[in-house]
Amino acid sequence: MPLIHLPDPSAPLPSEITPPEVYRDRRRFMQAGLALATLPWLAESAQAGLAAQKSPLSTDEPLNKLSDITRYNNFYEFGVDKADPAVNVGSLRTSPWTVRVEGAVQSPRTFDLDALMKLAPMEERVYRLRCVEGWSMVIPWIGFPLAALLKQVLPTAAGKFVEFVTLHDPKQMPGQRQPVLEWPYREGLRIDEAMHPLTLLTFGLYGEVLPRQNGAPVRLVVPWKYGFKSIKSIVAIRLVEKAPLTSWMQANPREYGFFSNVNPEVDHPRWSQASERRIGEFLKRKTLMFNGYAEQVAGLYRGMDLRKFF
Amino acid sequence: MAARDWRVWALKATVAVGCALPAVSLCWRLPQAVNPVEFLTRGTGTWALAGLLATLAVSPLRQLSGWAAWLRVRRLLGLSAFAYAVAHFVLYVWLDQGLEAAAIWRDVLKRPFVTVGMAAFVLLLPLAITSTDGWMRRLKRRWGQLHQLVYPAAALAVLHYFWLVKKDLTQPLLYALALAVLLGWRVWRWGQRRR
Repeated sequence: MPLIHLPDPSAPLPSEITPPEVYRDRRRFMQAGLALATLPWLAESAQAGLAAQKSPLSTDEPLNKLSDITRYNNFYEFGVDKADPAVNVGSLRTSPWTVRVEGAVQSPRTFDLDALMKLAPMEERVYRLRCVEGWSMVIPWIGFPLAALLKQVLPTAAGKFVEFVTLHDPKQMPGQRQPVLEWPYREGLRIDEAMHPLTLLTFGLYGEVLPRQNGAPVRLVVPWKYGFKSIKSIVAIRLVEKAPLTSWMQANPREYGFFSNVNPEVDHPRWSQASERRIGEFLKRKTLMFNGYAEQVAGLYRGMDLRKFF
Repeated sequence: MAARDWRVWALKATVAVGCALPAVSLCWRLPQAVNPVEFLTRGTGTWALAGLLATLAVSPLRQLSGWAAWLRVRRLLGLSAFAYAVAHFVLYVWLDQGLEAAAIWRDVLKRPFVTVGMAAFVLLLPLAITSTDGWMRRLKRRWGQLHQLVYPAAALAVLHYFWLVKKDLTQPLLYALALAVLLGWRVWRWGQRRR
């Protein structure tokens, strides 16, 4: 943390950002929006609404505030401090945007963002997000299962893994001027993980398109894995035969494994993963196996030594 | 008031305000913090380390400037650093470990960055206790020897920072560099005197 940190005068005050109660209550939200329409920040975000059906896969835990979700981000492309992305994302252009889907597929295709968003009905999924650093949030994401996209391109038998790649453009992503990680950021899933109904190709949160610091315009959300697996600002999705080398594995293979499933019994080499601090809570809470999604995903890892395949 | 006294008074006042300012700033910014516990833990840790390095800068400043009054702010700097370290320690044992002695002990033994951080804190304890005029008189020459513990404490504190960082080592490197300069100065002086 830098010693001296001046607040950014252009950043909206927390009080200007829609609190969850208001968001929950549509009518009051509209009234509040009307009353605050003179604020340019809100006026801009109000245009970016994204309609979605509520999903039964959502948790009913209390949501984190939008102002927390947008001001506490690990997005090294915009700086290594969690306050950096909210300040530095101004240079990212999210339109036009295309996503290349290629590799071991019968019909490789480059999707325009608009076309991509029309592939399947949007759902709101309220998921727990557990960061490898030991904090967590509850976030109402909007998107559809990644499986819906993968089915479009018809993976072949050689497509045993899926590699995801973030945009690489130091002009738009100033953090990429420093060699903090090997750019572009890369992540990966096994094909059965990628096809799992919980794995969400995500375009929005809190009823609106993704704020840029949260991985606009399209990101992955894999709720039973540590947050860094949920890659942001995706430009390419590649079906491959072998497990791809991810950015964090490349940076520190001893500390970051390919699977990186949330597991309270397998500690990070330098800190415990047994508990976490839910943002907004005072004391820590116990971390749940697979971040509380064991019922849905434990079967994917049956017979595997999760200490070895961490 | 003599001109000289006025300068000493100004130095003391500046340092006192400088030591209190980070605490005021942390409290002021706390309501804006998304993760207040992490914010305070990091903030107090950073300022404890910065305070230790400032304390270690007193002797070089005195030697370079030839102004003995620098020595009169050393205790204030050292105790301020210790106060930030105490806050850092309390946040860890209380809000991070929930005051569970067994869990804390396990954590100290298991995690190198906690081990060295705790060691640095333990080394600072006797220094804070013996910082009074009374203890200085009682310990005589031994006081100076005892207070050499500030060197390993500062080194361990820098190591603590190094080992807890996830990826970007820029900040710990800056503190390591500052410590290297401060210790290097002493080694160089020592070499000069021996010749």
